[in-house]
Amino acid sequence: MQPAPSAEPAAPNRPKVGLFATCLVDLFRPNVGFAAVELLEAAGCDVDAPEGQTCCGQPAWNSGDRKGAAEVARRMIEVFEPYDYVVLPSGSCGATVKKDYVEILRDDSDWLPRAQALSDKTFELITFLTEIRGVEGVNAQFDGVVTYHDSCSGLRSLGVKDQPRQLLSSVDGLRLREMEDAEVCCGFGGTFCVKYPDISNRMVSNKTDNIAATSADLVLAGDLGCLMNMAGKLSRQGRPVKARHVAEILAGMTDEPAIGEPQRGSEKRK
Amino acid sequence: MTAEPKSSQFKSAASEALQNPRLQAAMKASGGLAVRRAAAIAEIPEFEAIRDAGRDLKNHTLANLDAYLLAFEEKALESGAKVHWAADAEEARAIILKIVGRHAKGPEGKARVNKGKSMISEEIGLNSALEAAGHHVLETDLGEYIIQLRGEPPSHIIAPAAHVSKPDVEADFRAAHTHLDPERTFPDAASLVHEARHVLREQYFGADVGITGANMLIAETGQGVIVTNEGNGDLSQILPDVHIAVASLEKVIPTLDDASTILRLLARSATGQSLSSYTTFYKGARRQGDLDGPKEMHFVLLDNGRSEMLAGEFREMLRCIRCGACMNNCPVYRAVGGHSYGWVYVGPMGSVLTPNFVGIKEGRHLPNASTFCGRCQEVCPVRIPLPGLMRKLREAEFEQKLSPQTARYGLGVWRWFAKRPALYHRMSSIGMRALNWLSGGHGRLKRLPFGGGWTAHRDFPAPAKRTFMAEWKARKAAKSQGDDQ
Repeated sequence: MQPAPSAEPAAPNRPKVGLFATCLVDLFRPNVGFAAVELLEAAGCDVDAPEGQTCCGQPAWNSGDRKGAAEVARRMIEVFEPYDYVVLPSGSCGATVKKDYVEILRDDSDWLPRAQALSDKTFELITFLTEIRGVEGVNAQFDGVVTYHDSCSGLRSLGVKDQPRQLLSSVDGLRLREMEDAEVCCGFGGTFCVKYPDISNRMVSNKTDNIAATSADLVLAGDLGCLMNMAGKLSRQGRPVKARHVAEILAGMTDEPAIGEPQRGSEKRK
Repeated sequence: MTAEPKSSQFKSAASEALQNPRLQAAMKASGGLAVRRAAAIAEIPEFEAIRDAGRDLKNHTLANLDAYLLAFEEKALESGAKVHWAADAEEARAIILKIVGRHAKGPEGKARVNKGKSMISEEIGLNSALEAAGHHVLETDLGEYIIQLRGEPPSHIIAPAAHVSKPDVEADFRAAHTHLDPERTFPDAASLVHEARHVLREQYFGADVGITGANMLIAETGQGVIVTNEGNGDLSQILPDVHIAVASLEKVIPTLDDASTILRLLARSATGQSLSSYTTFYKGARRQGDLDGPKEMHFVLLDNGRSEMLAGEFREMLRCIRCGACMNNCPVYRAVGGHSYGWVYVGPMGSVLTPNFVGIKEGRHLPNASTFCGRCQEVCPVRIPLPGLMRKLREAEFEQKLSPQTARYGLGVWRWFAKRPALYHRMSSIGMRALNWLSGGHGRLKRLPFGGGWTAHRDFPAPAKRTFMAEWKARKAAKSQGDDQ
């Protein structure tokens, strides 16, 4: 199912949602963006993905470049100001916009109120659906066993824990089997995984061991960074477990191959 | 000179640690602390409220630190103790060496010094200074005793021998305790503890000076508080004629009531006990008519950079009560062990403290080697925002241009594009199409042009042919065209 973007002006009772796809979804997994659109529209929202969006600025902020992070933050604030809500299919980028922009711009008296206003209307996708739109279930089907990894920023900065599990429990045929240490970091950490590859490798190996121990068909999470990390390790280890963003399952958009899997029907070069 | 830092070698030390099977086995064996902490905290529903109280109490004390320190000094003097102020490690060592030298009963002015576990004594490099002066030093905490035999620094602030496995300890004991039967066996860990206790007990009575740390200093009463599970701290401070307690400035708290707040947080967070086996309040020297206690009692109060932290952005770090919960729950520490951190303080608390003490240049890896997963902040009993403080250190590093040039350059390019959406989307579309082509339809890449750190250990999921924004734009255009017809 591929939803068509809505071009009509917002109906009065339908909130106008600005989808912040996040740079990783934009570049590596467009399907997650379209799954988010599908879920938001089903929840009665008018969705737009403004062209001015790039990245939330977290790479600069986590590298100690406050000035660079502030420059990017100001741009994103401008881009997303016209919307009733801003929604991100990521706890990590969501926490940057919702929690960190006010800290990044704390000394900028012109922009701080705008950062605060943006923070107030910004939500991670799944919590937006359950807590703001009152979604209690979805109309989707998945025949198999899944396990869910709690991504750190979503869990600890935004309190994402029960919401995705609640929605997953409404998916037809889906069985959730929890892994050990679901709340322990997968070792992605943005640039951490390339700056400290050996440590990151140990962390992701612990994670894939725990995933494999559940014998699940699929590992789900709400953040593409963690998912690419886990999927890349599972694939390198030759394990059969696949990885997807939770939104893809909730929107029933599993036609696209899982993360890191070959495109169907495409010819492979050696 | 403070203990010699090796934090600049964190990355290679960590990689070696990951390849060391004995260390990895020992780390696995010490994994129970985090589990026990969680169980102990689940027992008391008011724990979150006690954390708030602990944070507030520490904040209040730090805001009035000068007043509480002077109040402590006054009460300690009244009780017959002596109080020494040490601006840095060198001053602290000089003060202690002078006291020890005065009370040495051995030949040629050599003293026998028994020590209770003290991280401050590690921070100031006390043992090597005492030994250089010819004194005999004996660590009486079991973990510290083990690493003293091995000639190693501690790898954990409350479990100094967390990196050592049982077979290692057995070998160390056989090598050191040559007066015991070489045929003896060690069927379990308890048998090692029993032997250590037996050997240490013999040596408690001959010491000239006992040196301990302090978990707290109480301004209201002039008391020190020491918490142990072996009672070795008590024996070290009561039996010798002279007791020296060395403590950093932020250990002071206002009242005895406040001490109970900290105690409720400390043992549960550290070892998962409701209270440590021994919690001792000590005060002054032996008075007339007292049956025991040291004839002289000294407090050495160490600044060593704390005043500077108090005045700056890292004040919150001074709330730390040294429980070790942050490291016990840190996936990075659990993977690489304490020695990788290259200095006295390890894990998340060390990643903030070490660069403050030894300089950002030497300690720059530590705050960077974190995914900011936030688990340390989640478990900290006094709610220190450890990831936020690590980020501040990264900021200082960036401002001082100490981060690697390639990283700075990459970030600069990224920033330039991130501010120019049209160019950003055009360039990223080209880049992603190239990566998609490189993947050859396999959906993943085994090697990346500039991402060896990633592909050394895992595949790189290939991007789609088209970015989300390009596809969105195309669908939007198609939709509006459809609407027009």
